[in-house]
Amino acid sequence: MPDTRYAIAAVLVAAAVTWGLRALPFAALTPLRASRTVQYLSARMPAGVMVILVVYCLRDLPLPHARALAPLIALAVTIGLHLWRRNALLSILGGTVTHVILASAVFTP
Amino acid sequence: MHISPAVTGDRPLPAPAPPPAPASAARAAFRDSAGAGLGFIPIGLAFGALATQSGLDWWWAGLSAAVAFGGSFEFLLIGLVTATAPLAAIALSAFMVNVRHVFYSLSFPLHRVSGRLGKTYATFALCDEAYALTTGKAARSWSSPRILWVQLLLHLYWAGSAVAGALLGSLIPDGVTGLDFALTAMFTVLALDAVRDLRGDLPTPALALLSALAARLLLPDQLLPAAFALFTAALLARHLATGRRATRA
Repeated sequence: MPDTRYAIAAVLVAAAVTWGLRALPFAALTPLRASRTVQYLSARMPAGVMVILVVYCLRDLPLPHARALAPLIALAVTIGLHLWRRNALLSILGGTVTHVILASAVFTP
Repeated sequence: MHISPAVTGDRPLPAPAPPPAPASAARAAFRDSAGAGLGFIPIGLAFGALATQSGLDWWWAGLSAAVAFGGSFEFLLIGLVTATAPLAAIALSAFMVNVRHVFYSLSFPLHRVSGRLGKTYATFALCDEAYALTTGKAARSWSSPRILWVQLLLHLYWAGSAVAGALLGSLIPDGVTGLDFALTAMFTVLALDAVRDLRGDLPTPALALLSALAARLLLPDQLLPAAFALFTAALLARHLATGRRATRA
């Protein structure tokens, strides 16, 4: 465990930056809500943001190696389960369990 | 059994009713948050377990979950804190990873949250999942208490499971890895639900995917901000192009 005061300060710094990013844009951007362009963007933003976050999570995929198969297979399981049952909890648990089994027992580093 | 919040998108919106009592708002919020929110539990457990496996105390996981409350960045924060990175580097990383929240203010329904305290908490607890749930089609009729309850429940699931994961983490055998995939799985589920809300507008997720892959290849260290900027630019260009061809918004 690093120095306790440092570990707490690190959390507080992260919290301050995160809250600032969440709260301040409302003051700056709220007047733009009526704009057609902003409405166009805000309708399409949620889906695009989530797709980008998925790619971000998989950014360190060790592609030429067989180990990359663990997250890719788990991703396919997650998508398959979700298209089939549309149950968020089932899809997340199914994908995660698949990944833990593959990463721990099959494609060990 | 279907508990996904996306399923509610199929139902007709409830008729405009008088503002519900707080208790029913809480109950409705519990149902709203059950799908994506319960997805927090494996991720929070993974986060807590990872924190203690990395040598941090259990209360640190709880503090981070309650105060910083930004799932994906908190996973990075574990690595930064165990490496005793300078606070300025932590601030910069937090900014880079969380700058996406700037875009959330365009569509998060803060104008429907009442009271200064309510608005303050709503921005504080504006995590990815809160954004995904409150901007979905089903959320258009949500009252202020219902939005706040959804956010509070997500916050509680996250902090509670982080502490539980930190306390139980020592029980996980050393060879077991890969719990962090829970985060990927959750974003995948949220992406599928959000794409479904677009009703066949497949160019939007395709542009997002291309933006993310381009950012991964060109600016791997700044993947998130670069991808969001590219995606926004691509959407704007598409909006201008379609607007010129036909003025049907």
